Amino acid sequence: MNIKEKIIQIVPDAQFSEQEILIATVPAEHFHTLAERLHSDEDMQFDFLQCMTGMDWGESLGVICHLVSTVHGHRVAIKTMTGDRENPELPTISDIWKAAELNEREIYDFFGIRFINHPDMRRLYLRSDWVGYPLRKDYNSDESINPLRMTNEETIDTTETLHLTSDGKIESEENVIFDEKEYVINVGPQHPATHGVLRFRVSLAGETVKKIDVNCGYIHRGIEKLCEGLTYPQTLAFTDRLDYLAAHQNRHALCMCIEKGMGIEVPERVQYIRTIMDELQRIDSHLLFFSCLCMDLGALTAFFYGFRDREKILDIFEETCGGRLILNYNTIGGVQDDIHPNFVKRVKDFIAYLPPVLEEYHSLFTGNIIAQQRLKGIGVLSREDAISFGVTGASGRASGWANDVRKRTPYGVYDKVDFKEIVYTEGDSFARYMVRMDEILESIHIIEQLIDNIPEGPFQVKTKPIIRIPEGSYYASTEASRGEFGVYIESQGEKSPYRMKFRSTGLPLVSVVDTIASGGKIADLIAIGATLDYVVPDIDR
Amino acid sequence: MFDFRIVTSWIHQMLTSYMSEGWALLIECVAIGIGILLMYAFLAIVLIYMERKICAFFQCRLGPNRVGPFGSIQVFADVFKMLIKEIITIKHVDKFLFALAPYMVIIASILAFSCLPIAKGLEVLDFNIGVFFLMAVSSIGVLGILMAGWSSNNKFSLIGAMRSGAQIISYELSVGLSILTIVVLTGTLQFSEIVEAQADGWFLFKGHIPAFIAFVVFLIAGNAETNRGPFDLPEAESELTAGYHTEYSGMHFGFFYVAEFLNMFTVAGVAASVFLGGWMPLHIPGLDAFNAIMDYIPSIIWFFGKTFFVVFLLMWIKWTFPRLRIDQLLTLEWKYLLPINLANLLLMVLIVVFGLHF
Repeated sequence: MNIKEKIIQIVPDAQFSEQEILIATVPAEHFHTLAERLHSDEDMQFDFLQCMTGMDWGESLGVICHLVSTVHGHRVAIKTMTGDRENPELPTISDIWKAAELNEREIYDFFGIRFINHPDMRRLYLRSDWVGYPLRKDYNSDESINPLRMTNEETIDTTETLHLTSDGKIESEENVIFDEKEYVINVGPQHPATHGVLRFRVSLAGETVKKIDVNCGYIHRGIEKLCEGLTYPQTLAFTDRLDYLAAHQNRHALCMCIEKGMGIEVPERVQYIRTIMDELQRIDSHLLFFSCLCMDLGALTAFFYGFRDREKILDIFEETCGGRLILNYNTIGGVQDDIHPNFVKRVKDFIAYLPPVLEEYHSLFTGNIIAQQRLKGIGVLSREDAISFGVTGASGRASGWANDVRKRTPYGVYDKVDFKEIVYTEGDSFARYMVRMDEILESIHIIEQLIDNIPEGPFQVKTKPIIRIPEGSYYASTEASRGEFGVYIESQGEKSPYRMKFRSTGLPLVSVVDTIASGGKIADLIAIGATLDYVVPDIDR
Repeated sequence: MFDFRIVTSWIHQMLTSYMSEGWALLIECVAIGIGILLMYAFLAIVLIYMERKICAFFQCRLGPNRVGPFGSIQVFADVFKMLIKEIITIKHVDKFLFALAPYMVIIASILAFSCLPIAKGLEVLDFNIGVFFLMAVSSIGVLGILMAGWSSNNKFSLIGAMRSGAQIISYELSVGLSILTIVVLTGTLQFSEIVEAQADGWFLFKGHIPAFIAFVVFLIAGNAETNRGPFDLPEAESELTAGYHTEYSGMHFGFFYVAEFLNMFTVAGVAASVFLGGWMPLHIPGLDAFNAIMDYIPSIIWFFGKTFFVVFLLMWIKWTFPRLRIDQLLTLEWKYLLPINLANLLLMVLIVVFGLHF
């Protein structure tokens, strides 16, 4: 029995459209039932909420959820909507997939859709006194409505949950996040260990962490909203500025998604270059991860070692792309320019140089008894939680969840190279650390196989001066440095996207912090944050 | 070997020939005070420069190299900058304690520093309970740190101060017990006598295994006492931004900073005096010619050489290890160092009672 029939069995009036994947549209009142069945049914087991997107279709507001079954490997998207634009309300699915919790707050923030039974209906990114919902199509962006406020945003210690009573009314219940007697400290937004402007409100009992409340949005730039007003080639510039340590992979995903929509095939040379660049970027990111972890644990010397070696990658990038951090290299249908004549030689030198250096890292830091005590058994993330929160990438693989997009849905030339997917089962900080250190070696291995075989050919295909994507919805994802980076485009055939959603790799990572760091010490929170390896601009977008 | 008592007694005689005994003493005290402060400040600059250079070389960097030859004027410039910076008074602090705290820390540090026997005949505070006095004054510093953390009215500072309190009080035990091991061996609490007793070999070699264990324990505990890495939890910058001195600025911050370096020097100096013979040259019983040659090297060079060697060891440790967590830190002290130390002390007592030492 296929999924479509199953869904019809559960919700008879579901509507289907099939493009790249099956999209089932169901009425709001059946949405929760369907979601629950999709999650629990033996034959389906959609346990991974890949992407949750809020939508404004003009006359209705709604959500679209991309689901993946980690057991069977199949994918489906479910969609629901409400016609009420004044008080839009939809049932929450945060009780089924924990990943939905922050995503629904984001959707509430941008579209004003309130989720019934959601435990915490606060805005996620924007200030609590923001007027209007910016991603709605009828949003008034007049500056006089939301002027630059000179007052600090008030910290709110309570939140509300909406309940649907039996007679169809909505009741609001107040939840207390921190009561007055609690010793709450702010870790961030200006704090050395948050690696950016992320703010944790941490309730402490002595040195022990009792509860953590994540506050995002300090570097929110409204990139998804901006994209709606720009042409496709213009949107490319933003992806480098999301997770700047996965600039290549992010842009790769966006280009792939647009290329998928346009139906163009990129030349093989481009595939090779993109794959090599992605892997170099991954090494770059993991070296930085090592450095920052060491710094957060107080091993400053190791920090400099990592940066010394990362510099060599940045030099390679600079030669070919012109940029070191913001690379602007991938374009629709190819790459910006051909690789530099020195590129192959320098990459080969680098991949020969790195493995002995990694040995040095291990003898300096990994083997250190203090480092091991600080990491082993700290912040254990179970496999179930990793899937439920959608913690992809190295952090998820450390919990025993083989989630590598490069293996699951190969893109680029990943299907032609031989590499191992590093999976650890402990789920603690040390496993997260080791996964990344081992992945550096795998990335070197991938580059080794490709660097001598870059085929000749064009580095770009000719595209039309004005790029339009046929009507429909498209999703593409790559394995970015810290998880699955997905791009969801809904097009109405215009030259700019109707809705462009970036699946953040970092949002799931911060959403698990409360779960895995509560009960530990403050120092453990720092170690957990460092090993989760989030990048804040990617969370806030 | 040159004895500095010749100089000091000459000055004393000269002064008493001009004035009464009381005035002479007063002038001497002032002169010694100024001398101590100058040396304290100069050593702070040397240590900061040394730390910056050593940590740079550990980290594949060059360190300060622009101001003056090899960057040697850099720290002077930094100190000057620190001196002319405004001391910002923050609104919501307990003003009295807030202003008092850095002075408590620096006074404790200077008093402890004054106990060090720098060269033969050059001891400032040297009396029959010298070790006891050193332990007592050095633990005043923790009061300053607690005051700083409490009065800052800042949650991070408070956590830092509490960590510091727990840490210093715990590790004080190990420091005391490991020195006590040597006191048992020498039978005196006076620093000059402890050093004199090492004329025929340093205690590290004379004292059998217990002395060596005591030396290692002292280095660990002493490092923890000074709040330096891997025990720098009170100011763990990645957790607490700067710990107890977050709210301090200008020279008030400078006092904490300098005191930390000089405490390290004091710890190294005590380690050198108690375990490595202090200003006493390397003497090997039986090799008289060798001993005589060693005596030609001035005692002050021996002292500083040994002390800076220990300082280098401490820096090496700091720039290699990651930081401990607070519960691991306390576990290390109460579950490992303290029992080891007590057993070690007992062992030393047995060795002394049965006369098994060299």
